[in-house]
Amino acid sequence: MLENSPPKIELTAVTKSFGEKEVLRGIDLKIGKAESVVVIGGSGTGKSVLLKSILSIMQPESGSIKIDGEETIGLSGQKRDVHLNKFGMLFQGAALFDSLPVWQNVAFKLLRAHQVPRKEAKDRAMATLASVGLSADVGELFPAELSGGMQKRVGLARAIAARPEIIFFDEPTTGLDPIMADVINELIVKCVRELGATTLSITHDMASARKIADRIAMLHEGHIIWEGPKSDVDHSGNPYVDQFIHGRADGPIKMQVRKI
Amino acid sequence: MNFLAPIGRTFLNFLASTGHLAYFTSRSVSHCFRRPLYFGAILRQMVDIGYYSLPVVGLTALFTGMVLALQSHSGFSRFDAESAIPTVVVLSITRELGPVMAGLMVAGRIGAAIAAELGTMRVTEQIDALTTLSTNPYKYLIVPRLLAGTLTLPLLVLVADIVGVFGGFLVCVYRLKFNAANFISQSWQYLEWRDVSSGLWKAAAFGFIVALMGCYNGFNSKGGAQGVGAATTNAVVSASIMILITNYLLTGILFAGK
Ligand SMILES: Nc1ncnc2c1ncn2[C@@H]1O[C@H](COP(=O)(O)OP(=O)(O)OP(=O)(O)O)[C@@H](O)[C@H]1O
Ligand SMILES: [Mg+2]
Repeated sequence: MLENSPPKIELTAVTKSFGEKEVLRGIDLKIGKAESVVVIGGSGTGKSVLLKSILSIMQPESGSIKIDGEETIGLSGQKRDVHLNKFGMLFQGAALFDSLPVWQNVAFKLLRAHQVPRKEAKDRAMATLASVGLSADVGELFPAELSGGMQKRVGLARAIAARPEIIFFDEPTTGLDPIMADVINELIVKCVRELGATTLSITHDMASARKIADRIAMLHEGHIIWEGPKSDVDHSGNPYVDQFIHGRADGPIKMQVRKI
Repeated sequence: MNFLAPIGRTFLNFLASTGHLAYFTSRSVSHCFRRPLYFGAILRQMVDIGYYSLPVVGLTALFTGMVLALQSHSGFSRFDAESAIPTVVVLSITRELGPVMAGLMVAGRIGAAIAAELGTMRVTEQIDALTTLSTNPYKYLIVPRLLAGTLTLPLLVLVADIVGVFGGFLVCVYRLKFNAANFISQSWQYLEWRDVSSGLWKAAAFGFIVALMGCYNGFNSKGGAQGVGAATTNAVVSASIMILITNYLLTGILFAGK
């Protein structure tokens, strides 16, 4: 990354609440071009909300979100389309269009936004499906006919098919067996290396985080409480991070459960 | 004074949702006039709304026409006015019963289906996914349904008019032993183009209402399966009520002075 070029993604003091509930309470985060950042954090801490805010699917109440140095909060019309065109996103629940066969899901952006001819779009969709370990006959099925893990991989293929500059992965490996999880991790690393894509991933799976991250950030109670290179995560000196990566029930993070 | 609070709250909620609906409507309609339009999607919705509603609407119209003939016969025979029956059947069907019955049936069939489909897409994040795939959900999901609803319901009502009058014809000729040629000539005699056209204008309005309420409730549904269920019910109930109110208002406007 050139020192004087703006970061690809820059968040400053971003807040977002739902009614009384403050989910993001001032997030600061910088992601450089072609960098891979992984956000970790407990369930319900607002990781998915963070991604959706950057995509302007959700509107943050305050703060600033800059992509390539340009403010994106409050964009509309053509400018918003250009902004969104840079992104690919894998949703936590895959969010496949159940009225379309798998290959049309994967080729959706190619067919509509990029106006690629149908035949070529189909070939590219099939090739992308193959790269996530799905055969051509899966391409003709409908999403409802797939297992959860297969849906996740189709979602992944859809996110990367149009070769976006920025890709968000919301829990790419949950619901996959360990071998397939590793294949997906490799694929994400490859996306960054080959497409030069900037990626922001969310995961609970530390093995996956270690594999795909350049940097790791931890989200807790609406703030980024720690961030650093992945090599530092094991000796962060932060008790929250330590508790999270070792998955211990006792520590500074208290789960809201009652003892039986 | 506390007992006034719920009234005030209800009133404020009503204003808020009216504003919300008005905003949604103006945004959706403005997208209908801006490119790109997805013609494939529009065509698919027209087939869904029009063609597949034909059996339901046709059956409704047929029996409405038959009952109308039977009822007016039993009433009009009291003062020897049987000859007015064809006219009554034709005017009632084309002006009122055709569009209103078709509108209500389509509200149940299509309004519910639209709300359930868009509601499920909302709660499973498919609508968010559309946005991330550079596709405007208003253009891709709402515009085709609004246009298809507005354009197809008049066609459907035209069919309902014909089938309804045919129902009246069947009862009059085979049950009440009218002369078939008399029925036809009498029903033509007093029929004016604006009897039919007013019904078609109404149909267009009802088609718009059904699609709009389905889209609005589905698009804004939240909270999983239960939310989708509530959205579906609201879509049907609100569309039906709005059809009845709009019908009154439009009758007042279309037949002003006569
Ligand atoms: N549309 C919404 N309306 C109201 N509250 C919401 C909405 N979306 C998220 N929330 C709330 O925001 C909080 C964060 O949700 P989010 O989905 O970002 O969690 P997460 O960190 O992704 O958790 P997980 O790891 O389980 O996916 C949750 O407490 C949730 O209740
Ligand atoms: Mg999440």
